[in-house]
Amino acid sequence: MSVPKSSFWQRLTEPKDVQSMSPLKKIFTYSVLLCWSFVVLFPLYWLFITSFKLPIQVSDGPFYLPFIDFKPSLHAWEYIFIDLGRDTLRPYLNSIIIASISTVLAVFIGSMSAYALTRIEYKPKLGSIIAFIAAVALVVYLTVTVGMSWQLSLSIGAALFVIFVLSFSRYFRRSLGNNDILFWIISQRIMPPVVSVLPIYIMFQQLGLLDTHFALIVTYMAVNLPIAVWLMRDFFAKIPVDLEESAMLDGASRMRVFLTIYLPLAKPGLAATTMLILILSWNEYLLALFLSTADAQTMPLMVAAQNATRGPQWWYMSVLIVVMIIPVLIAAGFIGKLINKGQLTGAVKG
Amino acid sequence: MSHNQPKQGFAQRLDQLTPQLLILPTVLIILFLAIYPLLLSAYLSLSRFKLISGGFELKFVGIRNFKKLFSGSQQYHFLGTMGDILFWEWLIVAFLAVGFGYWIVRYLRSAKVSVIGSVGRAITVAVLLALTLLAFSVLNGTGYPGSLMVTLFYVFTGVAIQFFIALGLALLCAQKIRGKHFFRMAFFIPIMVTPVGIAYAFRMLMDMSQGPFSPIWSAFGLAEFSWAADAWLARWVVLIGDSWQWIPFLFMVLLAAIENQPKEQVEAAQLDGAGSWRVFKDITFPAIAPVAATAVLIRLIEAFKIIDLPNILTNGGPGIATESMTLHSFIAWRTQDLGGSAAVGYSLLFVAVVVCVSFFNFIGQRTVAKGAN
Repeated sequence: MSVPKSSFWQRLTEPKDVQSMSPLKKIFTYSVLLCWSFVVLFPLYWLFITSFKLPIQVSDGPFYLPFIDFKPSLHAWEYIFIDLGRDTLRPYLNSIIIASISTVLAVFIGSMSAYALTRIEYKPKLGSIIAFIAAVALVVYLTVTVGMSWQLSLSIGAALFVIFVLSFSRYFRRSLGNNDILFWIISQRIMPPVVSVLPIYIMFQQLGLLDTHFALIVTYMAVNLPIAVWLMRDFFAKIPVDLEESAMLDGASRMRVFLTIYLPLAKPGLAATTMLILILSWNEYLLALFLSTADAQTMPLMVAAQNATRGPQWWYMSVLIVVMIIPVLIAAGFIGKLINKGQLTGAVKG
Repeated sequence: MSHNQPKQGFAQRLDQLTPQLLILPTVLIILFLAIYPLLLSAYLSLSRFKLISGGFELKFVGIRNFKKLFSGSQQYHFLGTMGDILFWEWLIVAFLAVGFGYWIVRYLRSAKVSVIGSVGRAITVAVLLALTLLAFSVLNGTGYPGSLMVTLFYVFTGVAIQFFIALGLALLCAQKIRGKHFFRMAFFIPIMVTPVGIAYAFRMLMDMSQGPFSPIWSAFGLAEFSWAADAWLARWVVLIGDSWQWIPFLFMVLLAAIENQPKEQVEAAQLDGAGSWRVFKDITFPAIAPVAATAVLIRLIEAFKIIDLPNILTNGGPGIATESMTLHSFIAWRTQDLGGSAAVGYSLLFVAVVVCVSFFNFIGQRTVAKGAN
């Protein structure tokens, strides 16, 4: 290779020093990142401007720039917020109430168990577990096939289970460990909602709780618990045991250790987990479709409802989708601040 | 018994029970909202649902619902239409079988052999071989994939593509660059959009005559062309929507993992003159492997449940080309075939459990063990 040619090439490919990037690499990095930003942001931009378009502007072909290509109109926003008014506000409030309460509950209960599973050893008896499953199967059988009322069959099942545990369970020595419990918990997330939704529907119907906030909150909490336990366990496992041991020596109870040491130290993890679960329950569609009809209707259902007999009403849909992103963005900004404040390093060194 | 001991206060007794109290809520909630539905839908999948005047009737029909899916009238819908399996495809399957056989024999001769481990490996191998054969069969000539293969296509192709794009973006973003916060925030946004909304947004974007890219399509003379009429194009469009939504999740997790790895090691290697590929292969990847495995596992689990996108984008069409198993089950439910719906759901559960458990045990655990060393 000739020297002058390679010197230009070298200037392109070799960084000035070890810490910085070479020009070629810089160009590559920024162009890829900018391309991906376009991929990510363009659909959102399109939704945003579609919400200001008249139906004719959507059907007449693509218009890209408001004020230049087409004259933006507020008709869709007016329809959603003034004509529909309360009918928009209700699902919006429903979504906020259901998503936030179920998220807080799932994260709190989930981190409690995650903490317990990282620091305490459990040895559930295999016999008791099988007995429990058998008891539930019996309840289902009695209610569905024999036609007994669910109160009666539930108490029979519970009684038989308690009797079994108190009398026979000591003959079954085989026990499981923490990892088995953990895997069992995450395996519940594998179950597709279509499998579980019908039985849950029947259950809430029997309890007379269909189309209530309660039903959706409980269901969302249950389906998101496994994720909370799994993610939080990773974060708790990184917290040094010494901290806990010294606190216990000082006479702090386990609950107190959990509340005053573990939860604050795992704040970044807590924030990330909360964010993920909040998003999952905010956007959930299938379970809401089964469990709510009018009073507890959530936003995703309302978005889907804009696909009326006249075909999809793109402009209304776009308004609703844009409006749905805003609270999550605010929550993300708020929670993101917590993620940046990693406190663990300070606590361990100090 | 307790006479000899000093009396305990309520608080102390409560404190002794804390281990149980900490885990009890989770266990109870999951038991009630998981074991009970699991058993009830098992029962549903074995029975036929019929509406009668003033209510409904459940009739126990044994495994007839499953028979219908695997060999009866719904076989084309679930497994697909079978084509011939070519000679070289048999060869591949034979090679795979030999490889798996070696793997099992090695396990059986190792020290940690157990009954559950052997049965688990046998199930994994059997299911993987059967699925490979099925894939070859439905993708050949006269064959046509059913919802099972379509779901597996979404899951494996989708998760692989999403993982590599997310990893690439995370590696680029972890460098010293300007506008890091902007990129990070922007790349995270798609996961916040409701899947139903994403599906409608992509229907708008992919419109060949009125969508934003229509000038490009008409420049190529494709304005009259419809991707929704072509089975594979429709599947890829669904996959693009799915990837758009889920890459952010993997991106965030991987970025956090990359930024958490010890900086000193990387810098030392760079000073020694190691190229960026070497640094990635020997330092970064082993460090992020455990987190990556967990993220992929979570993503795998969610990927099996794909429904909103095919339902809204293509309505499962053309024909049944984009129908995932969840959508299949949902459609069966809509036609009041509750037994059939539960049977599809259960089959999905089985495949998902085998794939996820195999991944967790044979790949996830290994990376965790390596990362710890």
